[in-house]
Amino acid sequence: MTFSPQLEAKLEKLLNSYPAGRKKSALIPMLMFTQDEVGSITPELVQEVAKRIGIPPVQVDEVVTYYSMLHKKPMGKYHVQVCTNISCLLWDGDQLWEHACKKLGLGHKEVSADGQISLEEVECMGACSWAPAVQVNYDFHHRVTKEKFDQIIDSLKKPQ
Amino acid sequence: MLFNEPSPLEVKVLTKRFGLPNSASIDTYLANGGYKSFEKSLEMTQEQIIQEVKDSNLRGRGGAGFPTGMKWGFLPRQSPKPKYIVVNSDESEPGTCKDRVLIENDPHLLIEGVLIAGQAVGAKAGYIYVRGEYRYLIDILDKAIDEAYARGYLGKNILGRGVEFELYTHTGAGAYECGEESALLESLEGNRGQPRIRPPFPAVAGLYACPTVLNNVETFASVPSILEMGGKAWADLGVPKAGGTKLTCLTGHVNKTGVYELPLGFPVEKMINELGGGIRGGKKMKAFIPGGSSCPVLTGDEAWPLTMDYDSMAKAGTMLGSGGVIIMDEDTDMVKAALRIMHFYQHESCGWCIPCREGTTWIKKLLTRLNQGVGTEKDIDLVGDLSANMLGRTFCPLGDAAAMPTASIVKKFRHEFEAKLQKAQISMAGAAKNPFVIV
Repeated sequence: MTFSPQLEAKLEKLLNSYPAGRKKSALIPMLMFTQDEVGSITPELVQEVAKRIGIPPVQVDEVVTYYSMLHKKPMGKYHVQVCTNISCLLWDGDQLWEHACKKLGLGHKEVSADGQISLEEVECMGACSWAPAVQVNYDFHHRVTKEKFDQIIDSLKKPQ
Repeated sequence: MLFNEPSPLEVKVLTKRFGLPNSASIDTYLANGGYKSFEKSLEMTQEQIIQEVKDSNLRGRGGAGFPTGMKWGFLPRQSPKPKYIVVNSDESEPGTCKDRVLIENDPHLLIEGVLIAGQAVGAKAGYIYVRGEYRYLIDILDKAIDEAYARGYLGKNILGRGVEFELYTHTGAGAYECGEESALLESLEGNRGQPRIRPPFPAVAGLYACPTVLNNVETFASVPSILEMGGKAWADLGVPKAGGTKLTCLTGHVNKTGVYELPLGFPVEKMINELGGGIRGGKKMKAFIPGGSSCPVLTGDEAWPLTMDYDSMAKAGTMLGSGGVIIMDEDTDMVKAALRIMHFYQHESCGWCIPCREGTTWIKKLLTRLNQGVGTEKDIDLVGDLSANMLGRTFCPLGDAAAMPTASIVKKFRHEFEAKLQKAQISMAGAAKNPFVIV
């Protein structure tokens, strides 16, 4: 597999960040960075990452199944994550989650038919003082009301 | 940039540069006293640096509150192996959002703290482990690290003084468990984030089985001001046995939520009513969690007279924890709150040891039913029993983190569990008897 030149440069820097003989340390960042480009952790990607790091593919798989941000199935182009953990719950994060399901017609970890949007109910993402919080891919949105949520979604749907 | 309106009640030591134009840039940092403490550390012996940190009474800001100077002192002076500095920026304890604010507004403060720690123990490399969700912070840190290399504060010959230190960022991928120090090290080595059996502790065998200093972001960020002011003066900002200031995240039902820098020993009443502008809607406070959802829950009445420091909270049967204050008003459904907290710990249990894996799952099932008013009084007891059986019986503190809030909510708000059961039974009177309700 080949990646974009920017990602290749990033991976090269990554592999040089650890001492000799400790290349396996690069595994989780490499999976995160390549997933961002490929869209999900495909079987080919598992093989590629295993080859680049020099470990058996099964060691890549056992890591992929542990971490919640690594997905074997592709999520949407815009992965919408709604936090309902305690600090967000106290600011009606559970109602925001129900609203999000209705608005998008999706449930937990479901992807829209056109592959544009996916939805996930997530655990605490570190925005507790600005609850309830939503993350779209890596972008934070704070103090999200139902109206603000609709605006965020509508802005994603516009051609960019 | 993410920060709230500063309050005159704050004591701004770590956050003093927040709000300056380009506060994250090295130029702003250097123009405002940045890296001066590191330069000072170059003139000091390792023992002198560690002694200043000991004098400061700095205690780990991640949640456990272990004295930092003592932790650094555990590293062997002579070691045939390299030593490492690892920054825990996996901030995932529900209610906690302070490290994010620190890194976003002043990344060089963290870098300087790491450099001083490196000098104190003789480490030449460090890793900043950042939770996966905080990708934008990695970009901010990478930029700051590049700036520090370009200005000679990182590299093989720092400031021409023959000192070496290399610093790297490392992303996690979504796992609360990786905030636990030994699980973080496993993750940093490319494995599933499962805890290690200790001893040996990271000070002796940490990253790559080498001596390692592992502290929270805020802990490292406290160190430059300790060397600047002197350990004793820094200690005097706080209370005996807990020096300095602490970033406190006000969350939940309070008017002015936000991250504030408060001296240790700050009164709870003043924090909520003056700093936080009171409980939302002028309501009463039903429950109070001082430092992240893993702390035992206090009732409002228990919390009002306390002060925000380790000893005061310990005497009240809870912990200062990470500084993630969670405030719940009189309308809060405590059964639902207990369920949401347990839902989190059940989801995040790494599954390695049985009391945690099974305990969190069973309790979540019981709480799910109790929240719907389904069950008997004995089920309420069972939640308490299971929590008690998890406590202290797991490899890492995740089991305790799940048990402590649950046990305290069941004990202090039992009447709410009972009321739910009664309400469900009354609503069924006359209707077909629900086979799941055993009266």
